[in-house]
Formats: sequence, C-alpha cells, structure tokens
Amino acid sequence: MAEINKCLDKTDFMKKQYRVALQNSGVINPENIDEYIAYDGYQALAKALTELTPQQVVDTIKDSGLRGRGGGGFPTGTKWQFALNQKNDTKFVCCNADEGDPGAFMDRSILEGDPHCLIEAMTIAGYAIGAKQGYVYIRAEYPVAVKRLQIAITQAKKYGFLGKNIFGSKHCFDLEIRLGSGAFVCGEETALMTSIEGNRGEPRVRPPFPAVKGLFGKPTVLNNVETFANIPPILLKGAKWLQGMGTEKSKGTKVFALGGKINNTGLVEIAMGTTLRTVIDEIGGGIPDGKKFKAAQTGGPSGGCIPAQHLDVPIDYDNLIALGSMMGSGGLIVMDEDNCMVDIAKFFLDFTKEESCGKCTPCRVGTTRLLEYLEKITEGKATMKDLDDMEALCEYIKDASLCGLGQTAPNPVLSTLKYFREEYEAHVKDNTCPAGICKSLLSYVVNDKCIGCTLCKRKCPVDAITGAVKEKHFIDMQKCIKCGVCMDICKFKAIDKK
Amino acid sequence: MAKIKLTKVPFNGTASQEAELRKKLAVTKNMSGGLMPSLQQAQEIYGYLPIEVQTIIADELNVSLEEVFGIATFYSQFTLNPQGKYQIAVCIGTACYVKGAGDILDRLAELLKIKSGDCTEDGKFSLLGTRCIGCCGLAPVLTVNADVYGKVGKADMERVLSNYKKD
Amino acid sequence: MKTIQELNDIRKQMRAELNLDGKTNSNIRVTVGLATCGIAAGAEPVFKAFQKEVKRLGLTNVKIIQSGCLGMCKHEPMVEVTEAGKEKVTYIALAADSAKRIAEEHLAGGKPVMDFVIGNE
Repeated sequence: MAEINKCLDKTDFMKKQYRVALQNSGVINPENIDEYIAYDGYQALAKALTELTPQQVVDTIKDSGLRGRGGGGFPTGTKWQFALNQKNDTKFVCCNADEGDPGAFMDRSILEGDPHCLIEAMTIAGYAIGAKQGYVYIRAEYPVAVKRLQIAITQAKKYGFLGKNIFGSKHCFDLEIRLGSGAFVCGEETALMTSIEGNRGEPRVRPPFPAVKGLFGKPTVLNNVETFANIPPILLKGAKWLQGMGTEKSKGTKVFALGGKINNTGLVEIAMGTTLRTVIDEIGGGIPDGKKFKAAQTGGPSGGCIPAQHLDVPIDYDNLIALGSMMGSGGLIVMDEDNCMVDIAKFFLDFTKEESCGKCTPCRVGTTRLLEYLEKITEGKATMKDLDDMEALCEYIKDASLCGLGQTAPNPVLSTLKYFREEYEAHVKDNTCPAGICKSLLSYVVNDKCIGCTLCKRKCPVDAITGAVKEKHFIDMQKCIKCGVCMDICKFKAIDKK
Repeated sequence: MAKIKLTKVPFNGTASQEAELRKKLAVTKNMSGGLMPSLQQAQEIYGYLPIEVQTIIADELNVSLEEVFGIATFYSQFTLNPQGKYQIAVCIGTACYVKGAGDILDRLAELLKIKSGDCTEDGKFSLLGTRCIGCCGLAPVLTVNADVYGKVGKADMERVLSNYKKD
Repeated sequence: MKTIQELNDIRKQMRAELNLDGKTNSNIRVTVGLATCGIAAGAEPVFKAFQKEVKRLGLTNVKIIQSGCLGMCKHEPMVEVTEAGKEKVTYIALAADSAKRIAEEHLAGGKPVMDFVIGNE
C-alpha cells in the first residue's frame, strides 16, 4: 500500500524548495528567543565577535556572492566594504522593511516568523562596518510584524545580544524601529533615510551613495530584510556554502511570493536557476479552473511580464533583466487568459503615478501622461500614433528620472508592449478588449438562451434592459453601465460579455 | 498626489487628548527625525490630523506649521479628515486586483452610497482602496478596522457590512 | 548573557526540550501558523480551541505554540503536530470544531484525523 503523505514537507509545493531565509518561519515561536537559540540562533554573532575581525566578516560576505534581495541585486559584501572603508566614528545600519511592492510579503513573513534573525544580522553588520546604531524602517501596514520585532528586540536586549559589550567584546549596538506612513517611494534607499530623518520621503541624488554619506549624512549600510536573513547562515556555514547554490552570477536562494491566478498561492524559496515553469507548474500547482497561462509579473511596479515562451529561462538577476523585467523584491503574480495586459499596465501606472513623490519632472509629469495614454487606449479613444508616442515617452522617463521609482515606472508598459503588442493594437484599431476586461470596450448581449424571466430587467440599476415576459430581452448599450449584475444573476447563461 | 481635502468637521479634541499628545511629544521631540513619530502618535490619539493638532506639533517641536503640513500631506496613512467608526480598507494590490478587488470596492461604494476615500454621513463607515497589506495568498482581501477578511467576493459584501450595522 | 558558554547551555537545553537531537521526552508540539495571513484565515479561534481542549483533556505533555507563516496560504489555518519518533502531521483548513476533534482523536488518542491532513482533501 502506498504510504499516505501526512506532512507539508513531502508535498510538491515544498519538495523543490530550499529554505534559508525562511528556515525558521513556521517552525519556531517567534516570541520565544530560546527557540531561536535552539536552532543555532546568535551563534553567528558569537563567531563574528569572538573569532573574526570586521574585515574578515566583510570578506566572508563578499566571497559568498550574496546580492541584495530587495530589488537592485547589488553585491552586499561590496556595499559593506565601502562603509567599512569610511573613517567616521558615527555610522548606521538600516533595514528596509518597507516592502511596498504590491504582491510581496516575504519580508512580512520573516519579521512575523523569525524576527531574531534580523536582529542578529544587523548586529553583525554593525560590527563589520563599525556602526553602533541600527534602524529598522517598517511599513505601518504590518502591525503584527512591528509587534513581534519589538518583543524580539526587548528579549535580545535582556539577553545582552543588543546593548553594550556584546559577548564581552568591544562591540556595542542598539536597534530602533521607525514606522513608515504609507509611501511606496520610501522603499527607495535615499527616500527611506530622508523619511527616518523626519522629512517628506523624497529621494536624493547619488553619488554620494549611502555607504559614504547616508542617514544623517553618515556612512550607512542599508539592506533588505531577506538580504539580512541570509547573513547568519553564511557566517555559520561559510561563503563556499552559498557559492554552491544558484547560477554563476546569482548565488543562493530567493523567496518568491506567489499570487494571482495560481493554485498554490504562498511563499516559496528556491535556489537561483530554478525555472519559472518549475515554480508555476510544480510548486505552484498550475493555473486554476483549467485556464491558460498568459504571463507572470515579476518585480512589482518596477518589473515586467514574462510570457509563456520564456518559462524555461532559469531565474536569476541578469536573465530577468534581459527579458525586460527584474527580480525586484520577489513578487510573482500569475495571470491567465482572462487578464488584459493593457489593463495590467494601466493598473501599475495608476500606482506609480500616485506614489511619485513629485520632486522630479520626468517622473511627476511623465507618469501622469503615461497613465493618460493608457486610459485613452482602454477607453478605445487612442490612435496608432499614440502607441508610438507612448513608447517614446517611456524611454524619456527611464533616462531622466531621479530615482528608481521613475526610472522603472515605464517597465510594465514597455514589457507588455514587447510581448503583447497585438492586444494593444486590438484596443486601438478594433476597439475591442480581447480578454473582456476594459469596460468601455465591452458589450453585454442577450443570446437565444433567454426565456424572458425578467429577472435581469428588474435588477438592472439603470433600467437598461427591456423585454416582455417569456420574450427574449434586449440590453441598451447606451444606458448600460457595465456593472455585470445581469450576467451574474442570469440562471440560464443567456447574457454574453463581448 | 491626490487632492488635499481640509475637513469642515469642527475640531472637538478634548483636554485629555491634548495632555496625552503633549506627553508623547515630550519624548518624540528628542528623537532624531522625531517629526514622523510625532505625527504617527498624534494620529493614534485623535484618529486624524486637523490643523489644530498640527499646530501643537509645530509648536512643541519648534518647527514651522508649513513643514508639519508638508509631511502630513505626503504620506497616505496620514489623514486630514476624520475617519469613520469602521474603516473599511479594500486591498487593491496586484494579487488582489487580478482577482477582482476593483469590483469589490465598487460594490461597497454602491452599498454605502459613498465614493472611495469618503465617509458616510453618520460617521459610521469610511471606505478606502488601500496598498498591498501582504496577505496575497488570500486575495482578494479587505479589512474593517483590525478584522481581516480573505477570499471575499462581491456577493459577500452585504454579509460583511451586516457584522457592523448593529451598533 | 556575556559568554558563548551561556549561549550553548541554553541551546543544549532547548534542543533537548524540543527533541531535536533524538527523543528525550514524549512531548507533543502543536504549531499553529499565526502570521497575518493565518490570522486573516481564522487561525486565532483554532489556537484558542486547542488551548482549551488540551486543558480540558488534561494533556500535560502537549504544547500549543504559535509560529509564523508555513508558506502555503491557500491551506490556512494550518497546524503541524510534531512528536519525537513519529512522522510530522500537517493539518489544513482548520476551525475550532476540527481542532477539538484533533485534540481528542490525535493528541489524546494517538490517531491522526485523516479528514484534515494535507493531501487528503
């Protein structure tokens, strides 16, 4: 008799995963420091402070090949080296826990499931670069994460892992939480620091880079939560251990937040180099309701869509950029045949336009104009020249914006134009939305299955439906507001959306 | 940036609220970058940030009212208008959006007879489309104060509202 | 704590308590996923139900623990039951009444309730 699987670890969902950043989430009680210690917690900090010099810690991270997990993929060890090289008595370590990308929740999960790994990693970073103060900038929308991190900080202080002379060494380190207040741009490192400084979260020109002149004008290392979560394991297992996983230029693992039209939504951590097809079909369990895969959005509002023909590309930083997308924080939204790619581009531009801080003209005005083009297209009022002008505008915004928000805001447009141009052209030339989403281009039509029960006529909020009892009804598209109520309540499938 | 609405609702902050605020500000004014925590604490106490409260903060922290106003109007979590007793926030992050969050927001606007961003006349409900709250596995998601509802559809909205209509 | 020795002492003691290096006790550990997604799916009543039932049944060797996200959101609320020497069991889509059944039949009676075990839905 076949053995009945009773455990999550043996499911297809888990079998292809390799959990490093998520190793303790779902395993330990995040509010009990002793459980973290049971799973080798604070051993890496002890090793760093008692066996290694700051330069040796930085060398280990450099040799591991770890790259930033928040979006940019900058080599972490190199960043720490720049900060170590600065001669200044005051330096800072910051953690970017703003996680503004819609669809991303890996940082939230690490903070709620394993907050001590962040504390340990930041204390190690402080030792490595010579900083005595750290700040964790968490978005206000994560109250449980804030609460659990606060409890963990209190416990770490009590045990002497934060404060003066940690493990009897000269290293002193303190950690403070600062809350965001709802600004996507504060996920950009210079805007984040400006926000901690008590200002509007507006980015700054770089150079100078934060490692040289950052928070309060001092040398600062700023890393993402997931990047920090990799630090203790690397110190304990050695640089070669991380080098043994992943692709040539992207070592280690990456956490992805799988969402959208996929059976197994959730958090998955995979070795770099795993293909998208493995993630979507094997781990994700494929598309629900027998629908067809259309695209996978990676990198949030800064990223792009990857269509079916590229599902076998190994996932790593450089491959995703070559495809017109990016790794970003790791949000992976799956779309099927019922999603309109023009509508998706419009959704992202609506977001970035709203979130633009307003400081630089290319982004502030550019994203507004881009959104206007997309609205025109989805309302069936655009021309083919508009498509070309929109594409040119994308390039100007990318080139001239001050920070990453503006520089990457056009990516969803460029990427959907690249792979789904025919969908844009259908909106412009044929005034149709092939996926049936863009309301202005839709018609609701009664078909021959109608038996004249009058239910839709009675429920229509604008009296757009006419017809006698037992006779086929008719919908006046001049009056119709496309709310879809008639189609939802019809028991005979007598209404089609075209 | 969205249009800034300065509320017409008269300010009815109490003496004890002001005392609590000044007590918190005594701590936050000494923090580096303390203006952000000051505004966050003030909104916890009053539920919103009317000009009267911003003036107290400017006064205690010895900065201009313009500077406080500039920060209060930059961040989306800060509101210059009073919120409803029950704040309904529909997540319109990507994962929720592709699963129909827009329709849910429209349905609630229809049922409550208000637009997204507004509050009902009796002060009971306010409605907002919110940024991703990180529950993407349960999309579509909405919250009513601290209650989180996952995997909801248009048809569930009357039931959700009925949980709060009694008081 | 000032020394590595103190850290290692806690580590050793906790690992024994959690049966991580072989069986040292017959405690049963019930881990309830209580991250924001678990809470949104209704894990708090499940957690409380387990606590109540374990007390009612007098099961002193059963520990109900909150944890972070187990990763598979669609199956929340999720609970894992770990016992030294036995295969871990993952329960999915739980509620207060299924928690009660699991407490009676599995935690007290030693027999996993297959109706709620992952992969058997």
